[in-house]
Amino acid sequence: MASLDTGGGDSGHKKSRGVKKAKKQSTRVDMTPLVDLGFLLITFFIFTSTMSTPSTMDLFMPDDTQKDIDPNKAKASGALSILFGKDNEVYYYEGQLDPTASNFKTSNFKDIRNVIINKKRNTPPEDLVVIIKPNDEATYKNTVDALDEMTINGIKRFAMVDILPVENDLIKKTEAGGGVTPAPAAAAPAK
Amino acid sequence: MPSVKIPRKSTENDMTPFVDIAFLILSFFIMATKMKPPEPVEITTPNSVSTKEIPANDAILVDIDKKGRVFFSMQAEKDPTIKYDLIKNLNTTRNLGLSEAEMKNFVKTPAVGVPFTQLKSLLSQPVENQKDFNQPGIPVKDSASNELYFWIRDALSTFAGSKINYLIKGDNASKYPDFKSVLDAFKRNRVFKFQLVTSAEDAPAGTELYKERHGGK
Repeated sequence: MASLDTGGGDSGHKKSRGVKKAKKQSTRVDMTPLVDLGFLLITFFIFTSTMSTPSTMDLFMPDDTQKDIDPNKAKASGALSILFGKDNEVYYYEGQLDPTASNFKTSNFKDIRNVIINKKRNTPPEDLVVIIKPNDEATYKNTVDALDEMTINGIKRFAMVDILPVENDLIKKTEAGGGVTPAPAAAAPAK
Repeated sequence: MPSVKIPRKSTENDMTPFVDIAFLILSFFIMATKMKPPEPVEITTPNSVSTKEIPANDAILVDIDKKGRVFFSMQAEKDPTIKYDLIKNLNTTRNLGLSEAEMKNFVKTPAVGVPFTQLKSLLSQPVENQKDFNQPGIPVKDSASNELYFWIRDALSTFAGSKINYLIKGDNASKYPDFKSVLDAFKRNRVFKFQLVTSAEDAPAGTELYKERHGGK
């Protein structure tokens, strides 16, 4: 409790002569250290904060222990196979792979969306199935981007399948030959 | 010639508004900050249009870093005893020979990325020193020595029926085969539903999803 100075019972208004008047001090405080500390903490929190909270993407894999389900049940006419090689290269073919590989095409992440959209437009929805085949050099980012592309374009049926040796050879050949298209994609699209 | 006297002004200025703003920003950042959980490795996740939030509890997280090393961790903020149960379980099924203190230490360990043979030496270190421990990753490459399978199997039996989220957090540069072998480890445990950790981004303009989300145009 704060004590009140009652002045020993002498409750007079008159001030005695000898009492020194308290010097009036400035109410201003030097705020510089306060500001210093404030900004130090701001910088600290800016650096440590995680602004973008990570999200998650659902992935459902088929149960491949059950052998009675044939993964190649998809109608050839409605199938679109998308293959991934190294350096973010994308390859695709529609339906069955031609023995002469004439329908094996090179693409990149920018153009593959149009390929998917076109395929979707020209195929009855119950036949449409996209098959994603990353090879051993494809990155995890490619895989996620491909799955994302399915969500973006509203593809309901898609599968992630191991690449066939024939297809892998084709990719190797294309990579060695400098690509089918004159300008292969240098990098993934800046998303 | 009378010289013009320039009145000298005080260099002190009123800093109160300045301080006000500074502390306003400060309080914003304090509130908005969610401390990063300590991670054994830096992982840059790919972007996706998915908007689902990451669950903080009852989740198994498998990290794949850019060198293809695999780390296992368990998100159990609510109930750390689950982690203890898991390591106790593993200790008996895999004959790891861990001491009580080492098992207690596992509860505090953020992520494990060592083969079973090195687990004891990792857990004998205090948590602060584990960062410097050279973790080669959990072996997943071939199915015979796929140790991640045992981690998942024992985690499943520890959780015993309650709903678990399976998170896979891969680095942009990690290769597909590593991802596939992680999937295989899950599949052998009859787990087929995963959640891939990604950073959120908006759907690209003009696509079907974009139209759906932004209504009409």
